[in-house]
Amino acid sequence: MSKDRLTRIIATDCGSTTTKAILIEYVDGEYRQTVRGEAPTTVEAPLNDVTRGVVNSVQELEELARLKYNNPNIKFLSDDGEREIVIPRDGDLGVDAYVSTSSAGGGLQMMVTGVVANMTGESAERAALGAGAIVMDVIASNDKRLNHEKIERIRELRPDMILMAGGVDGGTTKHVVEMAELIGAADPKPRLGSSYKLPIIFAGNNKATDEIKNTLEKKVDLIIADNLRPTLDKENLGPARDKIHDIFMEHVMQQAPGYNKLMEWTRAYLDGKISQIPIMPTPAAVGNIMQTIAKMEEIEVVGVDIGGATTDVFSVFTEDYVFNRTVSANLGMSYSISNVLASAGLPNILRWVPFDIDESELRNMIKNKMIRPTTIPALLEELVLEQAIAKEALRLAFIQHKEFAVSLKGVQQNRDIASAFDQQTSGGSIVNMMTLNLIVGSGGVLSHAPRRQQTVMMLIDAYLPEGVTRLAVDSIFMMPHLGVLAEINPEAATEVFNKDCMIVLGTCVAPVGRIKPDAIALSAEIELPDGNVFKEDIPFGEIRLIPCPLNTKAKAKLKPGKGLDVGAGKNQEFITELSGGVVGIVLDTRGRQPFVLPTDKQTRIKNLKKWMKELNAYPEKILN
Amino acid sequence: MSQAYSAGLAVTDSIVLKKERILPLKGKVLVNKGDKVKSDDLVAETSLPGNILPMNVANKLGITPAQVNQFIKIKAGEQIKKGQIIAEDNGFLGLGFFKSSIKSPIEGEVESVSTLTGQVMLREPRIPVQIKAFIDGIVVEVKPEEGVVIENKSAYIQGIFGICGETNGLIKILVKDPSETLKPELITAECKDKLIVGGSLTPIESILKAKEMGVRGIITGGIDDQDIKKLLGYDIGVAITGHENLGITVLVTEGFGPIKMAEKTFNLLKSFEGKQASMHGKTQIRAGVIRPEVIIPLDFEQKDLAYQKPKLPILEPGQLVRIIRQPGFGEIGKITALPEALKNVESETNVRILEAEVNGQKLVIPRANVELIEQ
Repeated sequence: MSKDRLTRIIATDCGSTTTKAILIEYVDGEYRQTVRGEAPTTVEAPLNDVTRGVVNSVQELEELARLKYNNPNIKFLSDDGEREIVIPRDGDLGVDAYVSTSSAGGGLQMMVTGVVANMTGESAERAALGAGAIVMDVIASNDKRLNHEKIERIRELRPDMILMAGGVDGGTTKHVVEMAELIGAADPKPRLGSSYKLPIIFAGNNKATDEIKNTLEKKVDLIIADNLRPTLDKENLGPARDKIHDIFMEHVMQQAPGYNKLMEWTRAYLDGKISQIPIMPTPAAVGNIMQTIAKMEEIEVVGVDIGGATTDVFSVFTEDYVFNRTVSANLGMSYSISNVLASAGLPNILRWVPFDIDESELRNMIKNKMIRPTTIPALLEELVLEQAIAKEALRLAFIQHKEFAVSLKGVQQNRDIASAFDQQTSGGSIVNMMTLNLIVGSGGVLSHAPRRQQTVMMLIDAYLPEGVTRLAVDSIFMMPHLGVLAEINPEAATEVFNKDCMIVLGTCVAPVGRIKPDAIALSAEIELPDGNVFKEDIPFGEIRLIPCPLNTKAKAKLKPGKGLDVGAGKNQEFITELSGGVVGIVLDTRGRQPFVLPTDKQTRIKNLKKWMKELNAYPEKILN
Repeated sequence: MSQAYSAGLAVTDSIVLKKERILPLKGKVLVNKGDKVKSDDLVAETSLPGNILPMNVANKLGITPAQVNQFIKIKAGEQIKKGQIIAEDNGFLGLGFFKSSIKSPIEGEVESVSTLTGQVMLREPRIPVQIKAFIDGIVVEVKPEEGVVIENKSAYIQGIFGICGETNGLIKILVKDPSETLKPELITAECKDKLIVGGSLTPIESILKAKEMGVRGIITGGIDDQDIKKLLGYDIGVAITGHENLGITVLVTEGFGPIKMAEKTFNLLKSFEGKQASMHGKTQIRAGVIRPEVIIPLDFEQKDLAYQKPKLPILEPGQLVRIIRQPGFGEIGKITALPEALKNVESETNVRILEAEVNGQKLVIPRANVELIEQ
């Protein structure tokens, strides 16, 4: 069989809760995502085999494709024995490629070490996070723990692998070797299976390599990579990240239930032969796509993927497209939902709820979601509560991200008289909400919200965007799939991304600063694509939703209230274009820096209902 | 689609059960294949490496790391006693007067001596770890140096959540009805060393009373979130439990809040009142899920032990399901249809649903919100 392009592709993402499958097809000269299926992930007993969940989700794809095309002959799975995906495609049977990402089985768990915590320690953490890992701990020579405490910590953690950094190339070796001695003494064991040695990547001072080998080589599986901080003012994270991915495939995936089989399944019919396609950690795939968007459109982007166990935040800021990723390992909507309650506190969750609820009932509901993570809110009240919890999970994860996404610390800066008055120092957060262009939301609670207005509300309330910011959502949680597909077919990945994956919700306009209630916060004059003009002097503390269709733009004259800034500077009128979307343009004059909700319960509930009604976020019956 | 996969908890009066009892590190297996074991019997033991004590000898003596070899009195791999000199300098002007010495603060072994950093690692003696059988049964497999697999025939109940580790005792039912709350006054001195069974809720007062009376374990339908917090002194953020040390194991069969224990579970426990059982509260609702369990060994012959691989739980019309989220949390229904098309439920969420008859009423329930009841 000879083919010049892939015509039918299945991509799955094996998450900790569900396995999501999508079908991408080449139809009428373009790649489109056509159907999707999902099934619970099966890495646990009694099944203990991830491929069962994959088969179940692909079976759903198969059934939906038959319905869609009214063709009962469509088949993706073989009939005989252990069912598996048939490659390559032959008419109605099989597909040309199957690719997958995975975060099941707890994802990739790493420990990293450095010499100075906020220099090489932080760079190592950035490398591990960027590669899609959950960082269990950062151990550094100067982290104030005593050596025996560090050894105990290393022993009790059972990571999938360790990344060691420390020292600039050619610098002193003592501290990094000392760290190797601590690791050697702790003799750490890998998380999954004791049949292999723990992989340790050394990406520190190249002068220390021999000593590190002497200290560790007999005890662990030592891998040497280029120094990830070769000089103080330069990070070189690529080589260490590549090694992490290699080891992820070679060691970690081999140990997870059913993954050796899954790794054989992921393959594509390319250039006349079938090739194996590596499985990617889910966050690494999402990171891939985020960076592509930022570079393609030359914009600053924040992306979030809120899952059952963890919340990942990605950002691309500054003209150098600096990419950062953080994982809030215990902020999620099912497995970790109870931890959101513990971290945010009940009052912070309840502040978003527009009705009275018995606190103990709410606490028990949250715990029940934790122990039965795959259930979904069937009742409207429960949906509102889950979305309130989501706002807090998103907010807390973003705080952690802002603290981590900083410029390199320890870099000498030449300062002239002018910059001496500038408060920015090395190590300041590079997340700037005013220059931020786009927020992309992803993950069940955002992607599957029954109304898109709810997604807009969650993103605005959690992130408090400033000035003019576009909002988008991954329509059906496809970013991981497209991130891994981009590795073998960037054309298909980009096409599907633009046409089917990212849904532009609209634009949020929010003046920054606070003024007296009832004072005018924003005078807006917006010429909509249909010729209508929206014109209003909007007082402080309001929300307005102006419908503006997808793929259109409105011309806007935005004059902030006295002392406020909407993007062009304090008190400055801002003339710009606002993107439409499936929800439209949201004018939010509730204030930024600070954003404060009324403390009095009745006023707060009254305001929440008013804003939710304006956004048409929920059915009227719950807002009356 | 006429059938679909659904996760559920096992509750059965007879199952052939396999339990792996594996050491955390390689060690010694104390039983042989074919041995009959009781739950309290030791099956394997090992010793974990002792704690490490790092000491920077170079810093303490005021010498460079490279000079360590000149002053060190011990070698890697050597046994050392508490107070033994591990390094000593040559004293004042190298004449042997006013020597500075470093003594070992522990008994154990020298792990390593580094001349690059000046660091000496001392290791304390090994810490013994023993593994018990946990269930009565037969050793069907010995994994050399690692542990054993024990098999038996049991009545078996999987809980949804629990706290604290393994225990055993005789089953004692304290409530008349599975919807009854387990009140403290029901717990008497007769409950000592027993595994007691409550109904819909066991409040903290009852747990504390049970502890006071020497009860080993509590099996309850529901528990209040705040009671767990008060009991442990902290809020459970992620469901990874079993390591708590309260002196009493708690297993929850249904969930948080007052929820009637499933009739099937209650009746099963009732039919084994007075029998010996093993239970644990270990729960892990992430990677490699672990649920708490009650295991009641049955009399069996070797030939009864035909272990069957667990079947994939499949939803099909006619089967019984339990609703595991509001509305109707805890109710039992019979599946009447599994329509293919997605449907909007009250929250406007578009989901795969099933139709079921619940208390004579026909309900539409998201498939994700039911648990299959094995029949």
